[in-house]
Amino acid sequence: MTTHNLVRGSNTIINLPDQSTAEIPKRNFISNEHGLLSWLLTGDHKRIAVLYLISITFFFFIGGAFAGLIRLELLTPQPDLVASDTYNKFFTMHGVIMIFLFLVPSVPATLGNFLIPIMLGARDLAFPKINLLSWYLYVIGGTLTLTALVLGGVDTGWTFTTPLSTHYLNTHVVTTATAIFVAGFSSIFTGLNFIVTIHRMRCPGMTWFRMPLFVWAHYAASILMVLGTPVLAIAIVLVALERLIGIGVFDPTKGGDPLLFQHLFWFYSHPAVYIMILPGMGVISEVISTFSRKRIFGYTAVAFSSVAIALFGFFVWEHHMFIMGVSNYSALVFSLLTMLVAVPSAIKIFNWAFTLQKGSITFETPMLYAFGFIGLFTIGGLTGVFLGSLGMDIHLTETYFIVAHFHFVMVGGMLMAFLSGVHFWWPKMTGRMYPESLSKLAAVVTFIGFNLTFLPQFILGYLGMPRRYHAYPPEFQVLNVLSTAGATILGVGYLMPVLYLAWSLKYGAIAGANPWQATGLEWQIQSPPLTENFIEIPIMDHEAYDYDWLEHKTQPEVTTVG
Amino acid sequence: MDNTIVSTIQSEPLMPHETSEYEPYEHVYVPQHRHHFETEDQQREAGSFGMWLFLLTEIMFFGGMFFAYLLFRNWYYDAFVTASNQLSVPLGATNTAILISSGFFMALGVWAAEVRKRGLLVLFLILTTLFGLAFLGIKSVEYKEKWDKHHIPGASFDVSEFVNPAIDAKTGKPTQKPLAPDAAQKTQLFFFLYFAMTGMHALHMIIGIGVLFWLLWRAQRGEFSAGYVAPIENFGLYWHFVDIVWLYLFPLLYLINRHPLK
Repeated sequence: MTTHNLVRGSNTIINLPDQSTAEIPKRNFISNEHGLLSWLLTGDHKRIAVLYLISITFFFFIGGAFAGLIRLELLTPQPDLVASDTYNKFFTMHGVIMIFLFLVPSVPATLGNFLIPIMLGARDLAFPKINLLSWYLYVIGGTLTLTALVLGGVDTGWTFTTPLSTHYLNTHVVTTATAIFVAGFSSIFTGLNFIVTIHRMRCPGMTWFRMPLFVWAHYAASILMVLGTPVLAIAIVLVALERLIGIGVFDPTKGGDPLLFQHLFWFYSHPAVYIMILPGMGVISEVISTFSRKRIFGYTAVAFSSVAIALFGFFVWEHHMFIMGVSNYSALVFSLLTMLVAVPSAIKIFNWAFTLQKGSITFETPMLYAFGFIGLFTIGGLTGVFLGSLGMDIHLTETYFIVAHFHFVMVGGMLMAFLSGVHFWWPKMTGRMYPESLSKLAAVVTFIGFNLTFLPQFILGYLGMPRRYHAYPPEFQVLNVLSTAGATILGVGYLMPVLYLAWSLKYGAIAGANPWQATGLEWQIQSPPLTENFIEIPIMDHEAYDYDWLEHKTQPEVTTVG
Repeated sequence: MDNTIVSTIQSEPLMPHETSEYEPYEHVYVPQHRHHFETEDQQREAGSFGMWLFLLTEIMFFGGMFFAYLLFRNWYYDAFVTASNQLSVPLGATNTAILISSGFFMALGVWAAEVRKRGLLVLFLILTTLFGLAFLGIKSVEYKEKWDKHHIPGASFDVSEFVNPAIDAKTGKPTQKPLAPDAAQKTQLFFFLYFAMTGMHALHMIIGIGVLFWLLWRAQRGEFSAGYVAPIENFGLYWHFVDIVWLYLFPLLYLINRHPLK
């Protein structure tokens, strides 16, 4: 067992057991049962998290392939690779897959599923069967999306804008809508499970303000999932009904209102942005604290800022509709509310910065990704304020500026956070370390590739290149070539972790219970954990991120079985 | 005799979770207790809290349609008045009474489960189911009437009745205010919302009745007569929620538009 004191000034905190004697605990959640059925019928939140991790990785690379095709087409100003309607299908499939099948479930369904019960000192989520059901719904949703894709795709854009989606397109809108409806319920059930677990399953002594910030972030995101997703569901049902039987709730020629669809759609889809980013912020809080050996500065403020983002997030949706003929007065109100969201986001960024200040910072892979997150999310967030101001929005919306903006938040922010989290908890999930220097390289490659891809798009958008066209004036070519080159590097950056993480499953160094000397409850149990997580339900007797407690812990509380 | 008691306890089949050698918490005696909950109370609270949250998502789900109704009622007030007059208040009112009765028996069912009366529980669940089915029966009579009158939105929708209302034989005047043809088209929106909202409500009832059959089967096996009542309680919450949705639908669709504002 690791009972060492942290050596200040050394350039790493990684602390592995002696490799000649160390071994993976014989009894753990992976070795507990064998066979495909033991995975497909499992109620164990950790196994479901692994199932999710595999499936979302699969869809990430399908979505990524479409991104690659888009960038390839945009290499030249002429429409030469594919026809216009095929290009429309590319960006639609890219959006649908990345948003509904990757970003929304990314951190919550994998890391959240794996960690929330352990962080709370519980044996499982409150409803294991519903948890498994949510994975099956996700798989059904994913399969339906792939079906629509194979049958010829859909070209509405991921936003299903009416009456384009209801009347003018002859593609597989209903199939894709069904897919999103089903996948939406998977998200609702995950959120519901998290909220009930966080309320009812905390171990003795685990008060609300002793919970890790990861849990707070997931709590806020879960509120959004539970309250927002049903509205998307009904909007999607109405679109499908309108297509199937031709009544016009959203059709202006029949007295319907296309803006009504926009209101219903963005009432979910703006909060969805926070569903995607909040769990990522939770990951960053854990990583920043661990690799600067300090309690998160302003813990309470960071916790409440998550909830504030969730609450404000419900009252900003109209900023997607400024150019759609909404009332100027309501636009004014929504513009102000939009800028208000910047406040809790900034609280987080500043608190992370203050956590770093005078901390013993080390630069392991999760921390590199976390730094990438902070920088890129700040740019993404600040450009969001540009877009939230009425005048600027008229100029910038529907251009590549907005594409760059949300990719900075979603890819630069969320994906960095996801990778940071996957690396950080990889030793916990598998019991083995990933190769450190290779993964640092991957983090740097990702960061460079990302900036090369999306920084030029800010300029392109500002100069007026509209989004969703597959041809553009020749003077934009240089920036587009830069962007495509960056996308190639980014692709390499994403492939690397898949390869070396798979390698590490067999050949990685044995990690031991707590390779990072981190304070969370999940690090006090064996890796990989037992099926029941804890031999005895722990009693929480200290604050979160209490490094003094960790150093003065007299005896290792970790016990391995078998 | 003590020995006998001990041996009875030991001869009880062990639950899977009880076989592990480091069982830290008190053994619980309800066989439906799930291993990952520390106590029975925790399980029960988690279940009912989960159900309340689910109902919250249902409110948001129906909320989208209520919002659409609100918008279009304000825009096409006259068309909504005329179309609303097509609905039968007696049938709607009967259905309201039936559904409230169904909810009443569900509440009695929860009570019967709590006081561990198996026979009563089964009886009340049967009554809940029968009243639920009666509601759906009357609803289908109403739908049938709309079908006959071509009031189902879509290609066969017929507005002639709203443009040229029937003439009252005694007074020689139209029975209701005629609508201009374009305004009459808007009745289609009313009927779409009518079918979408009541249809979604009916779908919830059909699912509910399916669950009721399952609960009935379990109840007559005595599963809920030994202190484990969570499924009955939680289903009760769901069933009352479905009632409440109807208590909003009935006035909004049947009642409030009947007499146009002067």
